Amino acid sequence: MNALILSAIFGVLMMFSGVMLKQKASVRNIACTGMALLLIAVLLEMKGVVLFNVNTTGMLSFTRFTLVFNAIIFFSTFIYLLLSAREMENVGVNYAEFFALIFFILCGVVLVTAFKSLLILFLGIEIISIPLYILTGSDKRNLKSNEASLKYFLMGAFSTGIMLMGIALLYGARGSFATDFSDLMTAEKPSPLLIGGILLILFSMAFKVSAVPFHFWTPDVYDGAPTVFTSFMATIVKVAVFVGFIRLFNDSFDETQKQWRFVIAIITAATLLVGNITAVFQQSVKRMLAYSSIAQAGFMLLAVYAMNSDSWEGLLLYAAAYCFATIGIFAVLAKMNDITFSGFNGLGKKDPLVAGTLSVFLFSLAGIPLTAGFLAKFYMLKAALSVNGSLWLVILAVLMAAVSVSYYFKVLQAMYFKEPDISSDQTVIQAFKQPVFRWSLIVLAVFIILLGLFPGLLLTWYYF
Amino acid sequence: MPINYYIFLAIALFSIGIVGVLTRRNAIIIFMCIELMLNAVNLLLVAFSKKHYLVELERLKVAGLEAVTNVGTDGQLFVFFIMVVAAAEVSVGLAIIVMMYRNIHSVDVNFLNRLKH
Repeated sequence: MNALILSAIFGVLMMFSGVMLKQKASVRNIACTGMALLLIAVLLEMKGVVLFNVNTTGMLSFTRFTLVFNAIIFFSTFIYLLLSAREMENVGVNYAEFFALIFFILCGVVLVTAFKSLLILFLGIEIISIPLYILTGSDKRNLKSNEASLKYFLMGAFSTGIMLMGIALLYGARGSFATDFSDLMTAEKPSPLLIGGILLILFSMAFKVSAVPFHFWTPDVYDGAPTVFTSFMATIVKVAVFVGFIRLFNDSFDETQKQWRFVIAIITAATLLVGNITAVFQQSVKRMLAYSSIAQAGFMLLAVYAMNSDSWEGLLLYAAAYCFATIGIFAVLAKMNDITFSGFNGLGKKDPLVAGTLSVFLFSLAGIPLTAGFLAKFYMLKAALSVNGSLWLVILAVLMAAVSVSYYFKVLQAMYFKEPDISSDQTVIQAFKQPVFRWSLIVLAVFIILLGLFPGLLLTWYYF
Repeated sequence: MPINYYIFLAIALFSIGIVGVLTRRNAIIIFMCIELMLNAVNLLLVAFSKKHYLVELERLKVAGLEAVTNVGTDGQLFVFFIMVVAAAEVSVGLAIIVMMYRNIHSVDVNFLNRLKH
């Protein structure tokens, strides 16, 4: 509750700061301070200090999982602002409004991770989506940005419509929007309204997390949006919607599990296959990362498929590992002019520190041991294995993880084994020289390795 | 009237909306079709809300209790939230369409194929 109200207040504050303050640096500092305060507020709430006490009549519940997850989200956003807040200057005129929108999105993220009623889930997802449409189209003169934002908007609104239909059918079957409603009390056999509602909600959530076959908008939107905002969409927003997904299906549809589990298995398998195999053929690193985010979503779907205690732990680790690594890579990408693989040529010689941290991120995404990504994938597979008859899915996931190595290592190969182009400009390297940027990258890399060695650091938070 | 009539009407409207979104090429018309989908949902929610209210009333009568209940109000509340969110979406969506129109002087979504290589 602390974080929800504080982030709304900071959103409004940022809107005013755009009018009051002339200097961009001070706007940026306020945003970073605000994010640090949000992080502290969540940590305080974990210790039992609640600053705001609002009676939500059981519509929100801040469980341990929600709080730990919110802490991960706020920490990643804090690092994200430190890394790429400068790049937002190049995107549009109204600099402060981007920060305001980011704070509002975080409001939605808190709602989606804490809902106990379908109404709050719907509002949370909309509060996340509507600012994202604006951020996607923020580069107003750029046709690609225009196109991405219109496409994202039409697809997003369409999937919202489908989700609402699902909610309405569910309401017809149950007579309540509460998620902890027991279907066993109403009928022996689930009614067609209930099954229809669950399927429609499942499809629309698959849309939002870009699972195959509902992924077609993802590469275009991620490619067209300004790189700084792609980074935010592909990491923080995506894992938050995943938490909404798993909470909804755990609280609400537990008793009808055998009806939807097979559908999820199919979607997971398709997501793993299409995401990984298409990513191999991409020329631009940005587009490769878009497909990689689809592939990683396939792994996170294993948590929804398994739905046991391992999958909750796994999702926390996965959220941290995936967010840290992808934010790092996008931050480097946002400072480069050439976003194809050849843009990375010879980076290992030109800037060993950035190249080194970048390889830690890539190792983590590919799931190489000693990084957080490995353990996250391990937990997901362990969770999925405990389900009867899921061996084929686990084998497929392992195979696809092996495929993913090939495209992540293309970047490594470019950095270390190719000569730099003579024409490559030196301004890129200048942008890497800011001390804040370098230190944030180092912090991210250290966290990834620490989590890879001692996952207990994060999981003890969850339990104690 | 039985609840089934409302369910079929809402599903028919919803399907018209979906077909419109998938087949039309004009961004504004696609947008209207999405609104049609949302309004189908509103209709369905109101119908279900009334149904749950009547069922609860019947149950109270059989049990011999006072026939006062607020079951079903949450469905109607949800409708207001859908309207508010739809209005917010319209304001952002039309702004995006206008922005695109300024750049290419068309609202045809066939334009959207440029990002594909």
